[in-house]
Amino acid sequence: MMVYLDNSATTRPDPEVIRVLSDVMENIYGNPSSLHGLGGKAERLVKQAREAVAKTLGVSPKGIVFTSGGTESNNAAIKGAAFQYQNRGRHLITTEVEHASVYEVCRQLQELGWKVTFLPVDVQGRVRPEDVEKALTSETVLVSVMHVNNEVGTVQPVQAIGSLLQAYPKVLFHVDAVQSFGKIPLRPKEWGIDLLSLSGHKFHGPKGVGCLYIREGLQLMPLLVGGGQEEGYRSGTQNVPGIAAFAKAALLAAEKGKQHAPRLYQWKMEMLQKLQSKLSGMMVNGDLSREGCAPHILSLAFPGLKSEVIVHALEEEGVFVSSKSACSSKGEKPSRVLKAMGLSDEEAVGAIRISMGLDTTQSDVEACTDALLRVIPQLQQVMKVHGS
Amino acid sequence: MAIYLDHAATTPVHPEVREAMLPYLDQYFGNPSSIHRYGREIRQAVDRARDQLARGLNADPSQIIFTSGGTEADNLALIGVALAQKERGRDHIITSAAEHHAVLDTCHYLERMGFRVTYLPVDATGQIQLDVLREAVSDRTALISIMYGNNEVGTLQPIRAIGELARERGILFHTDAVQAFGMEQLDVKELPVDLVTVSSHKINGPKGAGALYIGREVPLFPQMHGGQQERRRRAGTENVPGIVGFGKAAELAVANRKEHREQTMACRHAFLEELEASGIRYTVNGHPEHFLPHILNVSFPGVETEVMLMNMDLEGIACASGSACTSGTLEVSHVLKAMQLPEDVTRSAIRFSFGLGNTGEQAAEAARTAVQIARRLGQKGI
Ligand SMILES: Cc1ncc(COP(=O)(O)O)c(C=O)c1O
Ligand SMILES: Cc1ncc(COP(=O)(O)O)c(C=O)c1O
Repeated sequence: MMVYLDNSATTRPDPEVIRVLSDVMENIYGNPSSLHGLGGKAERLVKQAREAVAKTLGVSPKGIVFTSGGTESNNAAIKGAAFQYQNRGRHLITTEVEHASVYEVCRQLQELGWKVTFLPVDVQGRVRPEDVEKALTSETVLVSVMHVNNEVGTVQPVQAIGSLLQAYPKVLFHVDAVQSFGKIPLRPKEWGIDLLSLSGHKFHGPKGVGCLYIREGLQLMPLLVGGGQEEGYRSGTQNVPGIAAFAKAALLAAEKGKQHAPRLYQWKMEMLQKLQSKLSGMMVNGDLSREGCAPHILSLAFPGLKSEVIVHALEEEGVFVSSKSACSSKGEKPSRVLKAMGLSDEEAVGAIRISMGLDTTQSDVEACTDALLRVIPQLQQVMKVHGS
Repeated sequence: MAIYLDHAATTPVHPEVREAMLPYLDQYFGNPSSIHRYGREIRQAVDRARDQLARGLNADPSQIIFTSGGTEADNLALIGVALAQKERGRDHIITSAAEHHAVLDTCHYLERMGFRVTYLPVDATGQIQLDVLREAVSDRTALISIMYGNNEVGTLQPIRAIGELARERGILFHTDAVQAFGMEQLDVKELPVDLVTVSSHKINGPKGAGALYIGREVPLFPQMHGGQQERRRRAGTENVPGIVGFGKAAELAVANRKEHREQTMACRHAFLEELEASGIRYTVNGHPEHFLPHILNVSFPGVETEVMLMNMDLEGIACASGSACTSGTLEVSHVLKAMQLPEDVTRSAIRFSFGLGNTGEQAAEAARTAVQIARRLGQKGI
């Protein structure tokens, strides 16, 4: 039996999503930009998809731009805003715990001469809205703060940041909501968010499709040019089957998430209780309060052990979790996020992430709990004998 | 019965390609960067697709960067190389006036960033002139970007000669081979090119995947930042099913290249024979010898492009004006404009593009239909 609990890395596409993708691929192969009937069919499908996605976010379809994924959405939002508004100033504010696709973009802009403030976080991994406000200068054009952290699940106070930024109408607010969509409520318009990134494969949709919500009327320097698709915000032949499947996944996730998320939180807490009562030398990273964390992510650290070793030992038991975010899991360096939260190197290199999806069952979580209860004491024993 | 003659805009996915993709939507859905078995198996699938692409171009797999499509690959090639070359004091780009918008618009973007761009004119056949190129080249030229085969008129550029000139002068050379891949033999070991763009959905692969071939020692600043995918040259979780499908499509396209050429050439001949037999007034736009067989651009002077398109569509025949991206706008094609063709030719041009599943009989039927429409609407008494 396989227990897949690495849903923050990627999720299994929903059977209905696969059906849509495969049907569209087979039957509606026109290019939406073509004038003929087949092109028209493809164009209508993309339009419907746009409307569906907009509905799940409570925004206007005009604000939805389809991209090739979360990374592209983040790049397009941040570079697009920085380049478009560089005459207003060249200062950006973000946090030390962003995903690489925000963090590295900001570093790149730093090299090009932008000033970037990387705000610190508290021990739970949370940035303080006051710190955002304090960091604002007359040069600030953009604040980028993720909604849910992909390594520890901490929810950032994006609503509070959005509302304080209302007093600074020239400062744009970008939110990387790749990990939160379908798991916790998300209302970009009500929360004063100007730009918001989503990625299909994180909510049982297809890989290679994402979207960027852009507040209506907002101009951005496009990341990809040539062809003028997506109202000029994003050129390139639209991935019609992928877009249709993305919309299907968004509708399903918005629906299922409401029912499933509370259960995920409950299972996470039950798991944690069992682990805490039976294991020694375990740390829990991030916030655990119902409002303060995403229900599907649990980050644990076992100082003295190496995350890779734990991941492989669990794999032997048929349980798949991750060492840290997938994009960086091959790098040996301790997680930047955990370090920012104040963990030592030794603590950070022993961290694992367990992440559930909308298809996770209680027995998956129990199987993972049991596997950890078997594996961790064994590994700790080995370390005691061979270590130091 | 509908007849699809718009394969230059996009192509149907080959059944074997779809078949190859399906397991990666379902059973093998993992993230290739994950260190557990779920991830490792997926990584291998991406590597296999990279091998398939590499074989199709006779490149080394490490020289293939997967992207979300041809547009992204063109953007990456031009901006990525231009920015890297600027550090070496090279701030001049040479391209042609007949490129796809993915290249042209990127060049406009580079102009705003302070680069100087030369847009080489093309002759009435759509080809650039080598002596004009030779004159445009300078010590500050960072990159030459000239497409392999044109997407509107099918004209092939003198790629080898351009590449040799570029090598001689120590200038990097990019070619957009989106339309040529699967039609022409592309061997990067033998052809003097440094960067090549290809796109999946033009060769019966899925939409949302493309690739850039990049030669060794070509400096490139990545444009998508984030994770360490694609050897840090293109961040973002890989579109695994798309990449797997693209790999399969590339393999099929290269294996079936000769048959595909013959089949599309037969369509072309059948089409032109009908036109010739009808006695109506028409011209074929493009180069009389150096062309991609699947792209046939014909003008029916006196019948406006959009009127012809609409009527063809009513008869169930899908064809196009210029490239799909501009056809939505109904502007006169920049390619035909650059070729300086007479106005009645540019305003009545239609692109028929052949591909998988088309037969000579379909092409002939489409031609007969076009003739009827032309007679009915514009060219009365012919
Ligand atoms: C928070 C966050 N942002 C962005 C991304 C990047 O999205 P994608 O994998 O679609 O490129 C990820 C996932 O890798 C993520 O977890
Ligand atoms: C010559 C050429 N280059 C680039 C592109 C863009 O490729 P894609 O549609 O994959 O973005 C196209 C097709 O639209 C093309 O015909």
